[in-house]
Amino acid sequence: MSVVSAPERTEAVTVSTPVGNEPIIEVKGLKMYFPISEGVVFTRKVAEVKAVDGISFHIRKGETFGLVGESGCGKTTTGRCILQLEQATEGQIFFEGVNIAELDRRELNALRQKIQVIFQDPYSSLNPRMKIGDIIGEPMRVHGIEPDADKRQARVSELLSICGLDPKFADRYPHEMSGGQRQRVGIGRALALNPEFIICDEPVSALDVSIQAQVINLLEDLRDEFGLTYLFIAHDLSVVRHLCHRVAVMYLGKIVELAECDELYDNPIHPYTQALLAAVPVPDPEIESKREHTVMKGEVPSPINPPSGCVFHPRCPLAVEGCRSVVPELREIKPGHWVACTEV
Amino acid sequence: MAKLLELEDLKTQFFTTAGTVKAVDGVSYDVEKGETVGIVGESGCGKSVSALSILRLIPDPPGKIVGGKILFMGRNLLELSDVEIRKVRGHDIAMVFQEPMTSLNPVLTIGRQITETLEHHLGIEREEADARAVELLGLVGISDAERRLKQYPHHFSGGMRQRVMIAMALSCEPRLIIADEPTTALDVTIQAQILELMKDLTRRLGVALIIITHNLGVVARYADRVNVMYAGKIVEKGTARQIYHNPSHPYTLGLLASVPRLDHKRGTKLVPIVGQPPDLTLLDQGCAFRPRCRFAVERCTREIPPLEEVGDGQYSACWQKDKLSQPVRAAS
Repeated sequence: MSVVSAPERTEAVTVSTPVGNEPIIEVKGLKMYFPISEGVVFTRKVAEVKAVDGISFHIRKGETFGLVGESGCGKTTTGRCILQLEQATEGQIFFEGVNIAELDRRELNALRQKIQVIFQDPYSSLNPRMKIGDIIGEPMRVHGIEPDADKRQARVSELLSICGLDPKFADRYPHEMSGGQRQRVGIGRALALNPEFIICDEPVSALDVSIQAQVINLLEDLRDEFGLTYLFIAHDLSVVRHLCHRVAVMYLGKIVELAECDELYDNPIHPYTQALLAAVPVPDPEIESKREHTVMKGEVPSPINPPSGCVFHPRCPLAVEGCRSVVPELREIKPGHWVACTEV
Repeated sequence: MAKLLELEDLKTQFFTTAGTVKAVDGVSYDVEKGETVGIVGESGCGKSVSALSILRLIPDPPGKIVGGKILFMGRNLLELSDVEIRKVRGHDIAMVFQEPMTSLNPVLTIGRQITETLEHHLGIEREEADARAVELLGLVGISDAERRLKQYPHHFSGGMRQRVMIAMALSCEPRLIIADEPTTALDVTIQAQILELMKDLTRRLGVALIIITHNLGVVARYADRVNVMYAGKIVEKGTARQIYHNPSHPYTLGLLASVPRLDHKRGTKLVPIVGQPPDLTLLDQGCAFRPRCRFAVERCTREIPPLEEVGDGQYSACWQKDKLSQPVRAAS
């Protein structure tokens, strides 16, 4: 009987986006230090928050690259640096081979059409006084893509339907919509300029469980349809595994492990990655009863005064004396699998 | 076995300008001594309101418990006077809230917040309470307790604050702890620390635990029995194994198929539940899940399905439950 068929999960990999070889984004030695100042008249810098501390990675065209880690690890700051919302302290960011720090304002504006962002909070990222149609139409107006109001409106309707919303929503205000619908509007706005690259900063973490899957599937469909490249920033490791081709794990401003998605989850090598994965419960009591629930001790130290040597050493089960002084380099342990640990 | 807590047909409603919200609409469940019961559901399904109703913490107005019984060790909590229920709160039944940032008083030291409960409920002297507070912080894994007790909540990280909340909850040796989304605001590794701590302490001290969460993984890892709530009602209940391996309500089935799992390969297809949770002021005489249900038939629009046993202590509120569970059983 067709009515009773349970929603079986297909094990087959359905993602069909071809991933190219040439990098669309290349981040080299990125550092972002935020100064902490003291004094009103003679302001002086007393310390620095090392939000991002020398990370390098590249993202290939058509690829979804996951950046995971706990709060304060620097994943969002990395995204903001790529968007040029922060001026990096050190390091370079190349978009299609061009160093974006060297662009003048006009060139940067042109670049901003190609790089868009979807924010975490669908409540604060939409202007409550603007209608949905104006929110989605604004980027086109600002960039002079569609100066004609009627054509712009038609494009807004099209974007709304692409994102699974009724075009009549264009006349509504954000407060009339649910969280999931608002997030679809945020996605529509990001698509308005036909970008090549979208930074998704925790796009589903504010949504309810049953709505999360809808938005995840939408992001996947759009990726396949428009050949988009995503930088997917999230703390939810299950969502990241579902969506990403390659994943980098961050801890206190550094990348500790980077590998192909399934390889990272099936064979985590860095002790932090292992602890992180062990902490995530799986919705299956049978499996859970067999898993070992070892808990990582301690908390993430302050990025103002990070531990010497390997930043993870105070919490690390494998730490030896040398870890206090030696900063581990990211090295390729297997083809494509990079780990920053001297003890593995 | 004697039930520690029994909810019978609990109804809590909010009278708002937009209409009457039936936040909890005829909910019955029980908790046995020392066991861990999970309540799962999405925001607005009534899981928190049902828990707050147990301790009569519903703001009135606009809210009101309009019907049902809450039997705690044989006593109906709804019939107690205000003075009597205050003796139950924090003493026999303690709560751990979601937001460790807002549930502690920012202008009192941590020590004072713990000793206040002790002095109030146990009537012990300040010095004895101080000593007990040191002991409690040690119990929840906060080192250097004497110094920490003199500090204020802003000196503590989120995880540490939640440990303080647990210490406060345990302070009067309650029979039952209600944890409302206790780890939702925390990072995964801290979440694991807090949940392991709660499991360890409740098992060791024989305290029963109601854990309210939207996270299916947390429930699978920690709960003995599970109640799934949707739109103010329990739609399915059973042991954790029954619920996860043999779901017999379309909503449970839908939830399980829609969450990405850590142990599933990349790109495994997710099957979302279509539509959105209903507006609780606009419910009709039919099943509230019907507009999103793939199995709905004509009867679902007319009558609300009752929660009925599908076998072996597992209950489902669905007209199609028999047709639903067979193929799943056969498949597993």
